[in-house]
Amino acid sequence: MARIGVFICHCGENISRTVDVVKAAQEASGFRGVVHSIDYKYMCSSPGQALIKQAIKEKNLDGVIVAACSPKMHEPTFRRACSEAGLNPYLCEIANIREQCSWVHEDKTVATPKAVDLMHTMVEKTRKDTDLYHIKVPITKKALVIGGGIAGIQAALDIAEGGQKVILVEKEPSIGGHMAQLSETFPTLDCSQCILTPKMVDTARHKNIKLYTWSEVIDVKGYIGNFEVTIRKNSRYVREDLCTGCGMCWLKCPQKKIPSKFETGLGMRTAIYVPFPQAVPNIPVIDKTTCLKLLKDRCGVCEKVCPTGAIDYSMKDEIITEKVGAIVVATGYDLISCGLYGEYGGYKDVLDGLQFERLLSASGPTAGEVKRPSDGKTVESVAFIQCAGSRDPSKGISYCSKICCMYTAKQAMLYKHKVHHGQAYVFYIDIRAGGKGYEEFVLKGIEQEGTIYLRGRVARVFRKQDKLIVRGMDTLSGKKIELAVDLVVLASAMVPNKDITNLYQKLSVSYDRYGWLSESHPKLKPVETSNAGIFLAGACQFPKDIPESVAQAGGAASKVLGLFSQDELAKEPLVAKINTLVCNGCNMCVQACPYQAIELKDLKDKQGKLIRRIAEVNPGLCAGCGVCVTVCPSHAPDLAGTTEEQLYQEIVALG
Amino acid sequence: MTQNTQPNAQDAKRVTQDAGRKTQDAFEPKITAFLCNWCSYAGADLAGTSRMQYAPNIRIIKVPCTGRLDPLVLLKSFEMGADGVLVSGCHPGDCHYRTGNLFARRRWIIFKELLEFVGIEPGRVQFSWVSAAEGGKFVEVVNKITADIKKLGPFEGYNGS
Repeated sequence: MARIGVFICHCGENISRTVDVVKAAQEASGFRGVVHSIDYKYMCSSPGQALIKQAIKEKNLDGVIVAACSPKMHEPTFRRACSEAGLNPYLCEIANIREQCSWVHEDKTVATPKAVDLMHTMVEKTRKDTDLYHIKVPITKKALVIGGGIAGIQAALDIAEGGQKVILVEKEPSIGGHMAQLSETFPTLDCSQCILTPKMVDTARHKNIKLYTWSEVIDVKGYIGNFEVTIRKNSRYVREDLCTGCGMCWLKCPQKKIPSKFETGLGMRTAIYVPFPQAVPNIPVIDKTTCLKLLKDRCGVCEKVCPTGAIDYSMKDEIITEKVGAIVVATGYDLISCGLYGEYGGYKDVLDGLQFERLLSASGPTAGEVKRPSDGKTVESVAFIQCAGSRDPSKGISYCSKICCMYTAKQAMLYKHKVHHGQAYVFYIDIRAGGKGYEEFVLKGIEQEGTIYLRGRVARVFRKQDKLIVRGMDTLSGKKIELAVDLVVLASAMVPNKDITNLYQKLSVSYDRYGWLSESHPKLKPVETSNAGIFLAGACQFPKDIPESVAQAGGAASKVLGLFSQDELAKEPLVAKINTLVCNGCNMCVQACPYQAIELKDLKDKQGKLIRRIAEVNPGLCAGCGVCVTVCPSHAPDLAGTTEEQLYQEIVALG
Repeated sequence: MTQNTQPNAQDAKRVTQDAGRKTQDAFEPKITAFLCNWCSYAGADLAGTSRMQYAPNIRIIKVPCTGRLDPLVLLKSFEMGADGVLVSGCHPGDCHYRTGNLFARRRWIIFKELLEFVGIEPGRVQFSWVSAAEGGKFVEVVNKITADIKKLGPFEGYNGS
């Protein structure tokens, strides 16, 4: 026998202006099971909530309907109030008569009966509500950070400093990411490596951080608090426990002409190498695609010269599984290939932004001298072309890569510092310098360093004798422009890492059509992903500069620490349950479940003989979509909170 | 399932009575709308917070996901006197439950064919994708189905052969 109370809120005048609340309360009192029905000016206020609590106790209510604003507003408020009065919070339901009734209709004569109908559906639903209790899920207090760029490093350090264990996985031989490649950083012109490498060393030394470099996450299973990840540790062919990083091996390696990925192809490395001198860990890897010993069983010089006997050609890839409670994805970005623009010629002296960073870097292939890659001549003039790929739907990318305006201003400035008599030109669409000190920085480049900005796009770049001719348009003067320069730098569009979506699918996180990770809410949940317990940091979400990446990494770390501050997780109990009496193990729900939350298990009799196989829902994994309910031919599953019975009762209430 | 979920004589009687009361000129249809909690229900909320106005004929029932809806639910709505049914969920690719709305989409493609076969005009059941940011689209969808059902007239039972 239901004893339901209906509480109708005026919401000041927001509801009562178009809904006759007194009449609605009268009508509600006639619904089956309703024993108490009142209206009040502000139900969400303390006195309003007190009315509900009092009625629960005095009238011994076993169900509460609050007819008020959307459940997305105050459902938690009213459920908490009910809980405080001793009523199971899931016996409280909200009839949405503000957003979906009083605010969208002006006529009281149509809004009032609609409000009454909406209340009636909720009364009928509540009659079939049952006590539900939060599902408790244990938490493994160890985090996984994927990607060892600045975002991943910061997230790992912050979590580790918070006292929790972290595993940091990086696919390159060293952590550091793109930031390690940069020369100096805008708008302060700090040397990038000088501010980054101490953090890299801290990361490697931290007692709470376990570092896996030259490794990849190949599989992820489980759910928030209870992930199981599989990591492939690629064979280095160098024993980490013996190597001291003395450098004899790469000094003596005869294979010296291999384009270096770290130097963006502008410099060379050996077959056994560390990507850059400050690499962390400072342990080389052997590139098995170029090493003569591994390819043809010749050479073996590195083994001979190694003073500690660390070289091991027989090393195999290792597969490691780790249990973690939370994951931070910090997989970063890449640049779109310069080859995208045929009209820019594909010349050796047409570089992208990262390549120019290496030319400017004191530790780069030219030791910081700005020389042309084609002939080594000093660059007397340089043209920067903005939005090379970005903001160009015809090339498939409509977004702005966000950081190019700033790094181009910086690069033009650094170039001028290195080649005092040189001239930098920038072809741009708009200058986007939103950030602390950014606008001033761009203006400094123009006013003090003499960078010439030309508003317009470049139609073509072609070679004429030993110069590159840049033909474009200055849309401010309306004139065609032709410049003869030594070097062209494209601010190539930032794109997600190649093939990264394979990993994202394993993580079950959503990403947009470009491959950028989607945040759970664009404004209010910027570090959460669509999968609980997986957070994101840095440019894997969208192009970001260093301070933004670091800030987001800190945000992700604090979410992880917040999660780990509890011993158990309380999960909403709105999950599916299988009626084992009717389940015949047909497997339909197992296949349909978007969360792999259902498994078939053996149903055995007392003697241990198999009776049949039946489906079982893992409540920790179930998200409560109810797809299983509708695919089951025997109606075995049902969904707490929206049971079959409740759904039909609601429809009947409208009859 | 309860007895209420099965069509019975009483329900059938109610349908005919309801239909009898509805005269063509002052016909105000009853439309039951099933909205998914994450996109379309939030879209309907947004229409409210934006103070948009739309036809008052719909009654919204919230479900976690359109993938939760069995076609029988829609048929039951007609039995209980609805003249039209709206189902609205997240856009394909945006489902809160990853792929729930894709199940719904596959189901509706087949269900639509079946509707004609059993004698329910296809326009009486409408499906749409309305995101949490599309208050305006929700208004359009509601006004369209209301106008369409007004044209179709009251639902008077299956007209199939």
